[in-house]
Amino acid sequence: MEDNGEGMLSPYRVLDLTDEKGLLCGKLLGDMGADVIKVEPPRGSPARNMGPFYHDEPDWRKSLVWFAQNTSKRGITLDIETVDGQELFRQLVRTSDFVVESFAPGYMDRLGLGYADLENVNPGVIMISITPFGQTGPHRDFKGPEIVSWAMCGFMSGRGDADRPPVMVTHHPQTYLHAGVEGAVGAMLALYDRWTTGEGQHVDVSIQESGGRGTAPVGWALTRVRMPRGIGQAGTAGLRTTYTWPCKDGYILFFYATGAQGVRVSRPLVEWMEEEGMSDEFLSGIDWATFDLRQATQDTVDRMTETTRRFFMSHTKAELFEGAVKRRILLYPVNTAADILDSPQLAARDFWREIEHPELGVTITYPGPFANASGTPLRLSRRAPLIGEHNAEIYCGELGLSREELVILKQAGVI
Amino acid sequence: MKRKLLEGVKIADFCWVWVGPMTTKTLADQGAQVLRIESKTRPGVWRVSPPFKDNVVGFNRGGVFNVINTGKMSVTLNLSHPKGIEIAKRFVAWADVVTENFAGGTMKRMGLGYEDIKKVKPDIIMLSAAMMGQSGPHMNMPGFGAHLTAISGFSHVCGWPDREPADLGHYTDFIAPRYNALAILAALDYRRRTGKGQYLDMAQVEGCMNFMAPVVLDYVVNDRVPGRMGNYHPAAAPHGAYCCRGMDRWCVIGVFTDQEWLSFCEVIGNPEWTADPRFGTLSGRKDNEEELNRLVQEWTVKHTPEEVMERMQAAGVAAGVVQGGEELFDHDPHLRYREFYPEIEHPEMGRYFTVAPPYKLSKAPHELRRAPLMGEHNEYAFKEILGLSDEEIAELVVEGVVE
Repeated sequence: MEDNGEGMLSPYRVLDLTDEKGLLCGKLLGDMGADVIKVEPPRGSPARNMGPFYHDEPDWRKSLVWFAQNTSKRGITLDIETVDGQELFRQLVRTSDFVVESFAPGYMDRLGLGYADLENVNPGVIMISITPFGQTGPHRDFKGPEIVSWAMCGFMSGRGDADRPPVMVTHHPQTYLHAGVEGAVGAMLALYDRWTTGEGQHVDVSIQESGGRGTAPVGWALTRVRMPRGIGQAGTAGLRTTYTWPCKDGYILFFYATGAQGVRVSRPLVEWMEEEGMSDEFLSGIDWATFDLRQATQDTVDRMTETTRRFFMSHTKAELFEGAVKRRILLYPVNTAADILDSPQLAARDFWREIEHPELGVTITYPGPFANASGTPLRLSRRAPLIGEHNAEIYCGELGLSREELVILKQAGVI
Repeated sequence: MKRKLLEGVKIADFCWVWVGPMTTKTLADQGAQVLRIESKTRPGVWRVSPPFKDNVVGFNRGGVFNVINTGKMSVTLNLSHPKGIEIAKRFVAWADVVTENFAGGTMKRMGLGYEDIKKVKPDIIMLSAAMMGQSGPHMNMPGFGAHLTAISGFSHVCGWPDREPADLGHYTDFIAPRYNALAILAALDYRRRTGKGQYLDMAQVEGCMNFMAPVVLDYVVNDRVPGRMGNYHPAAAPHGAYCCRGMDRWCVIGVFTDQEWLSFCEVIGNPEWTADPRFGTLSGRKDNEEELNRLVQEWTVKHTPEEVMERMQAAGVAAGVVQGGEELFDHDPHLRYREFYPEIEHPEMGRYFTVAPPYKLSKAPHELRRAPLMGEHNEYAFKEILGLSDEEIAELVVEGVVE
């Protein structure tokens, strides 16, 4: 198991033009060793407006969403709507393997920087476009903020209490992240194909489809039955079952299983309840091997729920999880951010990374990379770039522009 | 017949349930040869769970199984038998990649850990996608997507501030497969350049943390534990899901700019309440959001979600139908145009649909092939791949090694 400092994607360069709809794609490629250059408009990307902010200071340099999704990238500024900017961009494309963008379909083409144009500049370049609905189709020009992708991909349907609207995760966008990973997958497929054909190609990623891939309507297609909202999961034939249970200091996640799973999972919990005198005749009398939850009545389920609820309320999250680990019960805490940072499992795996932020004078703890690769360890090589942080390094150092030229371009608003 | 992008890539696939098979589906759909190692005596969850075609139980009639295992091959091998492990190793020798998503340590206990497999094929790429990874105090803990969703922190931040965490289902099941496929493809490229394989120990929980990073950072730097926010967005109003005409039918609307607000008012006919100065600014609308949402819904309940979406989007306002199975599959004209649910022929399912990749490669269109019947490729695998004779195979069947 050697580590010579090389990453899986070290030989490759990525030009990252994305906003929040596609930022994660470049980060993943960068964490795998690619040279990723974040290209922002001269005043900085609008994605830097996204809170929460470092110390709640709403500053373009302190967006935590920006921090999270731009590790391992260098940063330059460039206005690709100017002719000079487009020329500089083409120069960069000449030495790049990937271009990732998330502009509205047709925007890059109108600038003369669409795939057909870039292909002429560099036949091997792979372009990845991440948009709410893809490059084609009747909805391709629909506006797709996060709430629209959640709704239209299927994630939102059926979520939450029946007496309230369906609900999503809103702290920060999720569907964009799903699409970001899929964009990286598409990029890797195109890279594989390039070995065969010698050419790059265009990868058209749809955010709606990225979310939708997970929510394939299998049940509907086969049964044509609409499931009412507010019921539990696990195909329990329309019964209201419980997944998240309150306990003394928060919530835990557990659901009863039956059949072979039930013997393994449900019985140990009931035995624990019996040890503490918190079970009842009904619950203790269930033969988990033969009991089929799907055939039960709502009344049965409610009785089980009531007894179980009382047991969980008598313990803390930590106590319940400790017991679950010991007794091999499929029960887990509903973790808060604080719980996650405290996780002994993540700590044991050296998951957390300390990333320096010299501009803030601090080191911040970040989640580590998404994979453990024994031969080519992934790494968060640097914090997210400041606006135009590497302009000199790249424009002068690599493209050979002089300092004077850089100054002119800055004043002209090209960079 | 379309060109297969991943032609020649061979995968010995020990995956089960959802995350594993969705990982290898990504590769099979691009033409890789994925050999599922299955068992009739210990069949995978989706071989035996509903929904079934016509409600008739059968290994080959599972709706979910057939959607997520497109393009793969199937052999039936008894891995409890020592000879079964030996045969499995011979498939490893054939393969470029080995995939599995059992609880941590399982493959090692079976004698098929990375160290064992490396002896058989030094440049193998092995991917293990256990929930907690292959090390650590909780590595042996099994779990389903719903459990991982809870420990990853998603459940806690989903739902209403005054209610318990909402059920997010098996949300993390949709994250891990994407990461797994990405890691395998990157590792394949690395091996192509260097000849070296490696072990990809993918703890699903770690991949999920990237999706939770801003929440984690908020706690790390601001000492704040984010909670539930319903459908609230700090910079948009109206922003939420609104009840429409019909049974449990909803449309989301998001108004982010001044122009969008004006367009929104026009679409709903500029009723008197929109002229109320309280609603004239974003700040005002946020301060009176509950009342705003109530008023918006007074309009939406008179229309179907499709009407709301079409009229809003035509005016440049973000809106979308909250789609469930029926909407996605039967009514979404865009997904239909994009051929997102292609139909394929299957001996027992008849014509059934699967789900396409969420990206389109301009020079390498995918071609989806049906899922395998249980043990369908036994003959091919044992005869063609391993070169066993009929007598040898018959003996293995008698011994219960081949099922």
